Amino acid sequence: MNTSQTDALLDVRNLKVEVTTKAGSFFPVNDHSFSVKSGETLGIVGESGSGKSMTAMSLMRLLPKHAAKIRGGSVKLDGRELLTLSEKEMRKVRGADISMILQDPQTSLNPAFTVGDQIKEALKLHAPGGRKTLRERTIDALRRVKVAAPEHRVNSYPGEMSGGMRQRVVGAIAISCRPKVIIADEPTTSLDVTVQAQYLRLLKELQDETGMAILFITHDFGIVANLCHRVIVMYAGRIVESGPVAKIFAKPAHPYTEALISAVPSLHGQKERLTTIPGQPPAPTDIVVGCPFAPRCQYADARCHSEAPPTVAADQSGDHTTSCWRAVEA
Amino acid sequence: MLRYLLQRGASSLFALLIITVIVFSLSQLSGSPVDALLPDDATQEQIDIFIREWGLDQPLWKQYLTFLGNAVQGDFGVSLKWPGESAMGFVLDRMPATLRLGGLAILITLIIALPLGIAAAVYKGSAIDRIAQGFALLGQSMPNFWLGIVLIWIFSVWLGWLPTSGIGSFAHLILPAIAIAWFQISALARLTRSAMLEVLDAEYIKLARVKGVSEWAVVFKHALRNAAVVPLTYFGILAASILTGSVVIESVYSYPGMGWVAIEAIRGRDFPVVQAVIIAYAVIYMLSNLLVDLLYVIVNPRIKHG
Repeated sequence: MNTSQTDALLDVRNLKVEVTTKAGSFFPVNDHSFSVKSGETLGIVGESGSGKSMTAMSLMRLLPKHAAKIRGGSVKLDGRELLTLSEKEMRKVRGADISMILQDPQTSLNPAFTVGDQIKEALKLHAPGGRKTLRERTIDALRRVKVAAPEHRVNSYPGEMSGGMRQRVVGAIAISCRPKVIIADEPTTSLDVTVQAQYLRLLKELQDETGMAILFITHDFGIVANLCHRVIVMYAGRIVESGPVAKIFAKPAHPYTEALISAVPSLHGQKERLTTIPGQPPAPTDIVVGCPFAPRCQYADARCHSEAPPTVAADQSGDHTTSCWRAVEA
Repeated sequence: MLRYLLQRGASSLFALLIITVIVFSLSQLSGSPVDALLPDDATQEQIDIFIREWGLDQPLWKQYLTFLGNAVQGDFGVSLKWPGESAMGFVLDRMPATLRLGGLAILITLIIALPLGIAAAVYKGSAIDRIAQGFALLGQSMPNFWLGIVLIWIFSVWLGWLPTSGIGSFAHLILPAIAIAWFQISALARLTRSAMLEVLDAEYIKLARVKGVSEWAVVFKHALRNAAVVPLTYFGILAASILTGSVVIESVYSYPGMGWVAIEAIRGRDFPVVQAVIIAYAVIYMLSNLLVDLLYVIVNPRIKHG
């Protein structure tokens, strides 16, 4: 698993985030290590509350100020450590080197400013230029996300646009400064299915064009199969499996991944009841002894309940890993 | 935008019209002017002449129209209490004093309340937030006339720094302005805080940070622009209620502004002056609300299209 480190664009090692609440403190991001290369799409999959968005926000260093703190690890972008940058230096990274597409286009654009102004703001901060150049680049960003009549649309307010169009604008903001990495946090969850497909195609095209890396956060294994090269599966703040998409679909090594994949409804084959995973993930503040998935796992034995499994290779190649006692034994 | 403002202006005028109806009816309810104006020993003949001269034998709607016609020209008759003064003239004469006092109170309110409310929201849960909350609680639970008296006691009687009452220098304005502003600061700071808190949680604030926008610009550009509508709406009420609500404080400080005139006129059953004061207050109300409507358009450009 160390082979990819040298050519990794974004390299995350042993990242740990602690959240403190009145009910106690816990680690929604617990010892995460993963990396992504230029032009690659990494899927981050898990149920809500599994720590996906926390992971994304900690890469941006935009965790809620008082409640969450990064407790260790390293995040390197192009070999440069991000966790030790000053806030001022980090602001220059945000939007320029790493940008992000948020989940809900209905609320992620500022209703009081035109979409043009909102795109221009990012450009002004990271690639200043004259009025005319900025306007041209703003229009160009809209054109690249395939917004029709971008010369007119720059003057529109978000309230005058449809959800799919707004999400394109959010995309235009994200790509406007040509970042190396884009984090897409469930960008299509609130879009119609047809609009969803268009948006995913658009992301793919933009990636082909610019060679940016995409971190795609989702709970939908269907999208992962379509879009991602590699995937990490998260459960209760831990990475339980990671590897190339093809391998994970063909032979999931962790029972949780297996259950997730079988929960994706298929268009073909018999109409049957939708599969669900029985039980619930542990509450964040629960103290988990052993494997966090054990209470819901059909293969769990005594050791699973008492001892946390180590991360091991799931096959000989070394690019597929899992945290499961069954893989250790195999 | 022009249409929007014309619309607001028209509805203000309509409201003003309703107020004249109410003012007119109130004066009818309070008994016949015959009792108020003529001496008790007036003869029936004198009364009849009086009634004819003043048009009191006309139907009510006609009397109202006459009243309205005169009111539009600013003519509310002559004062009964202050002989020789025209009612509206007397009120307008006192207006600058009230505007000065109210203006200072508004200024104090804005300078303290807005930064306090914003800081309390940005540093939610911090010492500044708790101080602001405590201040708001205190301010809103103290009646302003009581605060006025306490201020006189501390700063005039005890420390001897400021005059107890009257009008003249800037020093005369300070205590009454603080007494008026105190409550408003609490109200406006609380409103600003809650409006900012709601907005600061929004996704577009997150997106601004994701773009690399500085925290200063996040607060003052992205958040304030959206949160401003709430305190701005309140500002209309605030400005109007400071200017018109100085009635009590002007009495406490014997400050001869419009409020003091209103109290004295009511005490003396000086109807023309009472009517003039009410209408003057109503016009102040409308104008400050129109001003707010205008500010809306500036703060929130979407209204232009609506």
